[in-house]
Amino acid sequence: MVEIRRIFTQVEDIHHEFGPLAATPQRRGVIAAVLSNPFAGRYEPDILPMMDALQPVGIDMAQRLQRAMGVGVERIESYGKGAIIGAAGELEHGALWHVPGGYAMRELLGWKGDRDAYAQGRGGADAAAAAKGQPGNALAIVPSTKKVGPPGAALDVPLTHINAAYVRSHFDAIEVRVPGAPLPDELVFILAMSTGARVHARVGGLKAADIAQWNGLR
Amino acid sequence: MPAAIRKLIVQVDETRIEMGKAIDPPTRRALAMAVIANPCAGRYVENLDELIAIGEELGGLLGDKCVQALGIAPGKAQSYGKAAIVGEAGELEHAAAILHPKLGAPLRKAVEKGAALVPSAKKHGGLGTAIDVPLGHKDAAFVRSHFDAMEARVPDAPRANEIVVAVVVTDSGRPLPRVGGLQAHEAKGEDGLR
Repeated sequence: MVEIRRIFTQVEDIHHEFGPLAATPQRRGVIAAVLSNPFAGRYEPDILPMMDALQPVGIDMAQRLQRAMGVGVERIESYGKGAIIGAAGELEHGALWHVPGGYAMRELLGWKGDRDAYAQGRGGADAAAAAKGQPGNALAIVPSTKKVGPPGAALDVPLTHINAAYVRSHFDAIEVRVPGAPLPDELVFILAMSTGARVHARVGGLKAADIAQWNGLR
Repeated sequence: MPAAIRKLIVQVDETRIEMGKAIDPPTRRALAMAVIANPCAGRYVENLDELIAIGEELGGLLGDKCVQALGIAPGKAQSYGKAAIVGEAGELEHAAAILHPKLGAPLRKAVEKGAALVPSAKKHGGLGTAIDVPLGHKDAAFVRSHFDAMEARVPDAPRANEIVVAVVVTDSGRPLPRVGGLQAHEAKGEDGLR
């Protein structure tokens, strides 16, 4: 069911954006897997088996991305994910990536929740544990975008802080584009991570240092 | 003056299946790009030595980044190429100054040998302009299986006063080469051509 045709990785260092030179450049990384879409060209009512089949793909991609970025998990401060569905597919096929992609990254970064419960739409253990302090890492939802697109379509993948979605300095997005993919019967599944805030972040709001509720939001 | 680098981007494109056929080992192409300030933007500058020096610096930096990203010994590199996109306040000749006089020697050091010409492309562009970096076998330009290109593009560059400089290094040719011509194993790699 899962056939990976290409793997595309990108790592970028941002030294400045016409302001002061960053002491440590912001490093942003992206990994995109190009898969054949087993549901292309027809309406398939039951697509959930693919979600299970994608679990090891997510874990492998998260690990590969961290390796490509060449930093420890403690340096990863924000994340995002996305999917581009080839023209013979359906937007819903891209939604198969939410659980395998998101939880693979969260677990890599230290999340302690129950992936199966979340996959079934249950969960919330984080909030109870939060009363006692930080219950782990990667508490925040992984933001995402998806679209149906032609080969070389660009997708802006949103990035937010891994522990508190409202941390304003970490709201960002990275444009991802795999030349030549997706072909009509392909899917592009994407993970993105960054080591920090926008390079010249200065519009106030919740700071990462002030996260206190440990509920994934603030 | 060393290059004023705003961004450094490294990509690896690995193909495992092409037209339903498994590619084992996968073909891999690495692209490294630097977004730099153009010290000659906005006016006519007769002497382009500053850009020539930047080209020499970037040939080594970007070549090494590609080889590192592929995780190979330098001698395992098989093909290469280079390109530059000059922002709107620059001159096409600025790309030539970076690419042609001195970028090649340190790039060849990064990939070991490199008897062949490094194929190149250049153009004027704005934010997100794409350039297809031509690729050829590093020791024998006529090796047909390694004629290829890789698209390079930075969404927020080049600004008018910037230049995007790109280098590609591969450890392989096209995924399913079958149009004949000189084969890599037949190449002598001495004159850079065959």
